[in-house]
Formats: sequence, C-alpha cells, structure tokens
Amino acid sequence: MATAIKTDILNAFLDKIDESNFSSLKEKAQQRLRETGLPGIKDEEYKFTSILRKIEKSIENFSCAAASELSEEDVQESLPQGFSGDYLVINNGKPELNLSKISSQHYKVTLLSEAENQTLGSIAKIEKDPFTALNSASFADGLSISVDKNSKIEQPIFILLFNKANQGEVINSRLLIEIGENAEVSFLENTISLDERAYFANQVVEVKASPNSQTKYAKLQNESRNAITVNNFETDIHRDAVFTSTVISLNGDMVRNNLSLNLLDSGCEGNMYGLYLLNGKTHVDNHTNVDHTKPHAESNELYKGILTDSSRGVFNGKIFVRQDAQKTNAFQQNNNILLSEDATINTKPQLEIWADDVKCSHGCTTGQLDEEALFYLQARGLGRDQARGFLLYAFAGEIMEYISDDSFRQQVIDLVQERLGSQI
Amino acid sequence: MLSIKNLHASIEGTPILRGIDLEVKAGEVHAIMGPNGSGKSTLASVLAGREEYEVTEGEVKFKGKDLLDLAPEDRAREGVFLAFQYPVEIPGVSTTNFLRTAVNQVREYRGQDPLDAVKFLSVMKEKMKLVEMDQKLLSRSLNEGFSGGEKKRNEIFQMAMLEPTLAVLDETDSGLDIDALRIVSNGVNKLKSPDTATIVVTHYQRLLDYIVPDYVHVLYNGRIVKSGTKELALELEEKGYDWIKEEANAASV
Ligand SMILES: Nc1ncnc2c1ncn2[C@@H]1O[C@H](COP(=O)(O)OP(=O)(O)O)[C@@H](O)[C@H]1O
Ligand SMILES: [Mg+2]
Repeated sequence: MATAIKTDILNAFLDKIDESNFSSLKEKAQQRLRETGLPGIKDEEYKFTSILRKIEKSIENFSCAAASELSEEDVQESLPQGFSGDYLVINNGKPELNLSKISSQHYKVTLLSEAENQTLGSIAKIEKDPFTALNSASFADGLSISVDKNSKIEQPIFILLFNKANQGEVINSRLLIEIGENAEVSFLENTISLDERAYFANQVVEVKASPNSQTKYAKLQNESRNAITVNNFETDIHRDAVFTSTVISLNGDMVRNNLSLNLLDSGCEGNMYGLYLLNGKTHVDNHTNVDHTKPHAESNELYKGILTDSSRGVFNGKIFVRQDAQKTNAFQQNNNILLSEDATINTKPQLEIWADDVKCSHGCTTGQLDEEALFYLQARGLGRDQARGFLLYAFAGEIMEYISDDSFRQQVIDLVQERLGSQI
Repeated sequence: MLSIKNLHASIEGTPILRGIDLEVKAGEVHAIMGPNGSGKSTLASVLAGREEYEVTEGEVKFKGKDLLDLAPEDRAREGVFLAFQYPVEIPGVSTTNFLRTAVNQVREYRGQDPLDAVKFLSVMKEKMKLVEMDQKLLSRSLNEGFSGGEKKRNEIFQMAMLEPTLAVLDETDSGLDIDALRIVSNGVNKLKSPDTATIVVTHYQRLLDYIVPDYVHVLYNGRIVKSGTKELALELEEKGYDWIKEEANAASV
C-alpha cells in the first residue's frame, strides 16, 4: 500500500513539472525517478530516515512552492550581527538578486537559467541519490557562483535561504559553485523558516574546487519544528585543493544531510565537521561520504552530537579508499552524549579500503554526561544546570571553532549556549 | 560549626559509615587518619553531597543548618569546600573559565557583589602566588595532563578563591614530594583563621608537621575508634594501625 501512495505522490508531482528550462536534465531525472521511486525504509541508505513517510504524513500539497513575500528587513534581521560581507538571498529556491549584496569583483553570480552550464548536474549526479534526482527533475532556477582564479575573497559570502509553504510545499534550491585555481573563499549558509508550517526543502549544492583552491563552507540548520529537509552536497576536489565543511544542526522535524567529498587527485584535503544538538522529536541524519581516488590525499572528519527528549540522530560515515589511493590519510570520529532514555543515536562507520598503504582511523562513542565531573563542578558552587551547560559546551565547543567568520560563529555560539543552558 | 551525630551512610546497600560523631569548632584543625578503605573519603564525600552515598541514619549540622538537606552547590556556597582525593579531569573546561562563574555564584549566595573580569583577575593573581601556581596551567583544560602535585595545588588554589569556612582536604598530601607538600600546607595555613576550620584526611603523619592539628581521629570500619591530640599521630606513625584494629575489634565483639 505504501508503494501505491508513493507512486501516486511522485507521479502526480512529476506530471506537473514545468520543463521550460533545463529540459534535458529534467527529463533524464524524471525518467530515473519514475523507475526508482523515492526511497522507503527498505532502502539501506534511508532505513533510519524515511523522508518519504514523513512527507506522506506531514505534507499536504506535494507540489512546488511559489516564492513568498520577502523584504529587505527580513534579510537584514537574518544576517548575523556585525556581518559586513556579501550575501545572496534565495526565496523558496528562487534567487533574489535585488535583495542580495554582491560587492566583490572577484566572483560572479548568475542565475542558472541565464546561461547553460555544462557542469550543472555533472557533480551531483542524478544516479547517486533519488532526492538529487528529484531536485534535478523539478528545480525552477538557482545560482551559479564562480570565483575567479588566483583571487582571495576577503569577506565570507553569506547564502541566506528563506523557506515557507506557499501554495505548494516543496522547495527546491540549487547552487553551483565553481572555485577557480588558487582561489580562496569562505561561504556561510543559514536557512530561515518564515513560519511554522511544514514544508519539504530539497537542496542540491554542487561544488567544484579547482586545483590548489581553498574553500570553507559553514552551514547552520535551525529551521522550524516542522521542516523536512534533504541537503545534497556534492564536492569535487581537485589537485592540492582544500575543502572544509562545517554543519551545525539545531532544529527541524527531519533533516537528512548527504555530504560527499570526492578527492579526485593527489595533495587534496577534505574536512567535514558537524555538530547536532537535538531535542523534542527532531531527527537528524548525517550521511557523509569521502572518496579517496588518488595517492597522498587526506580527509578529516569529526561529528559530535548531544541528544535529549526523544530526538534521534543518525551518523553514517563512508570512507572509500580506491586501489590507486596509496598513502591516504583518513580520520573519522563521531562522539555522542545522550541525555535522556528516549533519545537514540545510530552511528556507523563504513570503511572500504582497496589500497594497502593507508593510514585510516575511525571511532565512535556514545555516553552520558560525566556525573563525576558534574559533581566536581557543583562542589565548587556551580548550579547543576550551569555545570551541565559547562560540560556540554566543553564537549561541543570545538566544532564551532571551525567557523572562521567571527560574526557567524558568535551567532551559532549564542544559539548553542542558549540551548545548552536550558536543559539543552 | 560542624556537628556530626551518629552518621550512617551506605553505597549500593553496603554500609560504609556506621555511626560517626564529630564536633568541629571554628578555629580548629582536625586530622582524620585510618587504614585504607576505612571510610575517610566516604565521610568527606557525604559532607560535600555526593549523590551515590545514601545517608541512612544520623544528622549533620553546619552553622546550625541541616547540611544533608542542601544540594552540593549550596553546601559550597554555605562555605564547605572539599579538596578531592582524586581531582577530576575535565577536557574543554579551564580552571579560570568555570571558576569565575563559580566564585560569582558563591558571592551572590553570600550577598556579595560579583567580581568583574579585572577584579577577578587580580584576586586570582594574588591567590596563585599562595600556591605558586602558573597562570598557563589555569587556562588549560582542568586537571588534564596535570602532574599529581599540580592537581593538588589547583585544589588549594580553588579553595583560596572560594574562601570556605570549612575546608575538608582528602589526602591532599598523598603523592606529593616535600617541596609540593610545603607549598600546599603553606597555602592551607595562610587560609586558616579564627573563623574557619579545617579537616585534613591523611595517611601520613608528616603532613601534620606542617598543618598542626588540634585533634586527631582514627577512622576504622566506618567508625571513629580513637581520638586524641597530635601525639596520637606520632604514635600511629611509630606503631602502625594494627593495635588500633585489635582494640576496635575486641571492643566490638
Ligand atoms: N563507589 C563505590 N562503590 C562501592 N564501594 C565503594 C565505593 N566507594 C567506596 N567504596 C567502599 O567503601 C569503603 C570505604 O572507602 P573510602 O571511603 O574510599 O575509604 P578511605 O578513603 O578511608 O580509603 C571501601 O571498602 C570501598 O571499597
Ligand atoms: Mg580515600
């Protein structure tokens, strides 16, 4: 029966798609989706995180949302205090260039619909994940951001997304980011829910990090209690390039992050840091994937989670080391603190190593708050809640250090501390 | 100041303290000695409010208040300080970091104004001298990678910052070399006043050369089986605990 509903929703959705642009990508994606459908709980990749079931339960109108009203004030209120860099505004997937600020000469922003781009869909492939296919089949527009080679963008570029159910409840946002050779840039991202109504936001970000470039991408996920989101983030990292992702997940109904770093050549480095602080019934699933294809590349991964109430976390960290990728250094760690009996975490490292000369380490821990440490701090006069806050922040704090922009880091730290001060 | 009457406590159903009586007055120093496993740390922990221990009988009054009724943090704010036998390592929390909050919460409880960052720093500098503490150590993760002596000095440093009325030092001397012992004892002695009291739990008489006790008690099998003056400590040093055990065992038959 579930299959019948699934087919109905999806086919009805696919039947309505406007194919006036990106038609060849859309057609291929549609065709594939009609074959595969959306993954249910029998699908190994989605067995803990049934986005489909969530959609069936919470989404009433499974069709694309129209852009909603958005003011300059909404934008200013949402940027971190003291932030002075450029920002790009996206409204239910639709780029709002007149609400954006683009002052640097060293990068170009264009609408994806403006000019054909061969790279689009070549990094985030529709075969890789059904939700990537779903976005590819139905997105209306998006942004292409291209950073000039040999240039350093001094101030971070803030990508500010606004989401709201409006007529339809499906929101497709799409970014294609190309970093030129030797370029250096930092992106920050935050998504704002404009109200509390449920929506399904399905994002695709494709990044090409050209040789010897340095890119940071820090993302805050603090959407409404009813937001269902899938975030497909696919990165091609070329020779000697460094790419660092930091994802902070604080709120939402069900959040699935598919983060892939493809280390395509020697000398490159991919880093993935994550923090999830979950309460209520929030469900956050981080599926990460790092693919070592050539010798002498390095990857580092550290995800930390604090879960309370009946929240649920999933961490699945894939490390793939191909036969060619000798002298690989790959490090992965996932640590969790569970504060309540009903909170759960499923954590799984998944290592596939085909080369023989590699350094690969991984580990995961799940524990409770250290009662001995709690007592020590209380015995020095700290209230129990405060002592808890100190210990939890001590556990989580290092992840925020990977956010290089002061104003954004402070915004995130304030949110985290507020959460940790109050029972998390 | 402190009055313990017929205190019984157990852990996971096993009785550890079986009727402790102890009176401590302002200005006094009491030493508690006794063989390993006799219940000294348990007594110290019960006073500080460690939750694993269940008090099954008896009462503890501190400055007239029922101490056992108070949460651990309120005991600290009332002026009880426990220097841990095994100070806990807390990664990611530095001494300076938590101590400023702790000191100000204690001050608020006592009706004093909070210390601002500048004042806190100057008080800290002054107290650091007392135990010859390096500031670098205080901004590192609490006790993590500290030597034994550094951990114990950090305990006394925190005590100096919190200005307790009753200090309970649980084997603060164990594992210290002579220099560290001198520094730690010096710190404790400088903090003594006619209004404060100290309970030193120790294995070794040598500490009592530095911190001179008014009374010495021997704890054995969860009871104070002998009390005396500092001469008792010398006698224990000379003869060991066997004769105490024999006396106690004979008495309890
Ligand atoms: N957490 C615990 N669980 C079980 N037994 C304990 C625990 N703590 C102490 N004990 C027992 O209580 C007794 C007294 O211990 P303790 O108070 O540490 O003695 P002391 O400090 O005099 O060496 C010992 O027999 C010890 O094994
Ligand atoms: Mg002991």
